[in-house]
Amino acid sequence: MILPALAFYLFATITVACGVMVIASRNPVHSVLFLILAFFNSAGLFVLLGAEFLAMILVIVYVGAVAVLFMFVVMMLDINFVELRQGFLQYLPIGLLVSFILLVEILMVVGAWVIAPETAAVAAAPTPDPALRSNVAALGDLVYTRYVYLFQAAGMILLVAMIGAIVLTLRSRPGVRRQRIADQISRTRDSSVEIKKVQPGQGV
Amino acid sequence: MVEFWSAWLLPFLIILGKILLIAVPMLLAMAYLTLAERKVIGAMQMRRGPNVVGPFGLLQPLADGAKLLLKETVFPTGADKAVFVAAPMLTFILALIGWAVIPFDSGWVLADINVGVLYLFAISSLGVYGIVMAGWASNSRYAFLGAMRSAAQMVSYEVSIGFVIITVLLFAGTLNLSEIVEAQSSAGIASLLGLEQGGILGWYVWPLFPMFIIFFISALAETNRHPFDLPEAEAELVAGYQVEYSSMTFALFFLGEYMNMILMSGLTALLFLGGWHSPIPGETFVPGVIWFALKISFLLFVFIWVRATLPRYRYDQLMRLGWKVFLPVSLGAVVFYSGVLVYGGLLQG
Repeated sequence: MILPALAFYLFATITVACGVMVIASRNPVHSVLFLILAFFNSAGLFVLLGAEFLAMILVIVYVGAVAVLFMFVVMMLDINFVELRQGFLQYLPIGLLVSFILLVEILMVVGAWVIAPETAAVAAAPTPDPALRSNVAALGDLVYTRYVYLFQAAGMILLVAMIGAIVLTLRSRPGVRRQRIADQISRTRDSSVEIKKVQPGQGV
Repeated sequence: MVEFWSAWLLPFLIILGKILLIAVPMLLAMAYLTLAERKVIGAMQMRRGPNVVGPFGLLQPLADGAKLLLKETVFPTGADKAVFVAAPMLTFILALIGWAVIPFDSGWVLADINVGVLYLFAISSLGVYGIVMAGWASNSRYAFLGAMRSAAQMVSYEVSIGFVIITVLLFAGTLNLSEIVEAQSSAGIASLLGLEQGGILGWYVWPLFPMFIIFFISALAETNRHPFDLPEAEAELVAGYQVEYSSMTFALFFLGEYMNMILMSGLTALLFLGGWHSPIPGETFVPGVIWFALKISFLLFVFIWVRATLPRYRYDQLMRLGWKVFLPVSLGAVVFYSGVLVYGGLLQG
């Protein structure tokens, strides 16, 4: 039983260290790389919990897609981050406020185990034995039955956000010649080639 | 001490042995894939290909490897050294660890995890980092442009690969690769005909033929192979993201690309071509691992065939194909196949 504990401390230490490096490193690209490493180690923590499906989804969605776009943006933008840090102290109060709220929330979640031990049973209820029901099936049982409206609502919110992003960035510039593949394919020999008999000395 | 041996050391050594049993033949296969590619393309262009080193040029990959190993590794000035070195290692490691969940025969698998398909999908989606890191750390315009192209390309084609995998999962009703292959012994046409041992008729390639085509083309794009090798397009970007790499660091990229080709061929064989199952119903004489290797070899031949035949896509055409053709078609197919399965009463699980 010592091996899972060792693995947990390894993953947890690297995750926290990476989190620190994300805000500490001077180079923004290094920050993103550390963020990716933090995501990856969190996936390792999920695997230790037996939530293999969530671990894989975390890697696919956050590491494979979201962080790629992060990196894309950070590499393309040529920002002087040292200059950006000038007004760091100015944002200190609001930063402290946000971190205080987060701390209180975490304490409330963790404290619930101590103050009200009966809530642990509520949290464990939707988690069947991994040997009997696989992760994916157990998640499907809940998400598509009890929480189906919330799940669909979350999907709608994401869809609206996506359409919003497209609407904000879509602009039609006049005078741009686009390739129309359908037109190109539907061209026939008759419509594009004309054979002329050229008389000598006259030209076309 | 005895307990330490039986509980810790022995399982560790067994797993280590299994890893070597998978990794060493893979590295050999990869080395000879480079030779096979040059030979096949040579034959298609009416040349001989490499034929000088060893009989029929069979020692050519070893000679290439020795050459790359002995050359000097050059670090460009202004390169971010740590990231520059990490990028090829990452590419190579990711190409190797995917094999952990590939079942070579019934029960011949290192880690028979329940989310094998998702694991492979996650690994292949991580592949983009090796290229992006290389392009950025090289501190060179060509390399950077190649990396940017690659990031956009691989993210785009992952979407359609994901939808194609969902259609296969709808048919199989499981995310475990071994179970997906087992389901193909009597699925599809074979189940309609009521055959117990379907052979070739049981494979998902028949009911899911359009998906198979989309998956294979997306696999070409995902591995940055022709006709989608824009990240390294030598005509305009010299060699794209690998322009500053030399010696072993270059070799690791090269090996990673070929390893990814084999991995994607293996995944295609598992999802659509019945994995280790024999195409002849009821045939058990030839070991399953041989059939699996033959299917992978066929798909690799198609990879090379495509390279020798087709010209490179233009970048906007590549994006159009990914987002405007494959995405709607594969999304529609997910709806269509789930409709057929639900209302036909064929849904598994």
